[in-house]
Amino acid sequence: MGWHVSVYVTLKPSVQDPQGATVQRALNQMGYQAVQGVRMGKFTELEFDGKLSEADVKKQADEICDKLLANPNIESYRFTVEKK
Amino acid sequence: MRFSVTVFPGSNCDHDCEYVIRDVMGQKVEMVWHKETDLRNPDCVVVPGGFSYGDYLRTGAIARFSPVMKSVADFAAKGGLVVGICNGFQILCEAGMLPGVLIRNKSLQFICKNVYIKVEQTDTPFTNACKPGQVLKIPIAHGEGNYFIDAEGLKKLKDNRQIVVRYCDPEGQVTPESNPNGSLDAIAGVCNEKRNVFGLMPHPDRSGEDVLGSHDGQVIWKSILAAKAGVA
Repeated sequence: MGWHVSVYVTLKPSVQDPQGATVQRALNQMGYQAVQGVRMGKFTELEFDGKLSEADVKKQADEICDKLLANPNIESYRFTVEKK
Repeated sequence: MRFSVTVFPGSNCDHDCEYVIRDVMGQKVEMVWHKETDLRNPDCVVVPGGFSYGDYLRTGAIARFSPVMKSVADFAAKGGLVVGICNGFQILCEAGMLPGVLIRNKSLQFICKNVYIKVEQTDTPFTNACKPGQVLKIPIAHGEGNYFIDAEGLKKLKDNRQIVVRYCDPEGQVTPESNPNGSLDAIAGVCNEKRNVFGLMPHPDRSGEDVLGSHDGQVIWKSILAAKAGVA
């Protein structure tokens, strides 16, 4: 049994997202007129050693997101932790 | 003057930098592999363009953790001159040595062409040989050159006069059409508060001779030489 961490990195609302805007235009062109906004983000899965405590896993995941997976200038993150 | 150029897996302008420094400017240059920590006693470190680590995760995000970057940060902290060009600018931003971040171009396209930039600040070691407002013709080649910083950060940049170069038209007018990538405030390059670290998206390494279409990039290298000589 190990820890499975799912990390979601998303652009802060104040940051323009040219990729999301392009995808939205494509969706609107495809006929999905109801789509009024698209924001692209990143999804990362981390597998941790099951010997760690849940608190330690959360602490390390937090550090990993702050240091590498997200750039605090433009992105925010959240994650979920499950035993698998 | 002694320059050291850092080399990461995926750097591809390292030899452009080496060439312009050694063959055009006639200075000493050392190439420093990213796993090395000895910068070899430079007067100025150049972090070159390219696609370090394949631009995985975010441009520059992985390179900033290379062993050599710790030495570059220490060198800058002691007042050493550091210039980051293109991917080098992205790396310095990711490393927190320069404010802000470079995101995807507004058009989503990789843009490779000559642009014009206006020198907004001449009291830096990288622009002291420029005239205030001087317009330089220098090429860009990037997919992620769209400079972004939050409102508070932008105010700080303006208050401290850290916006060194901005995109403009050939006459030096900053217009929406002359901004190639959607950069906030048409920012093409910034320096840190201490003014010894400079990053820019345009390539002074690829504009040192007329045969390349422009020699305007030379003035950046001349400025660095003048700074070392104590002129500025």
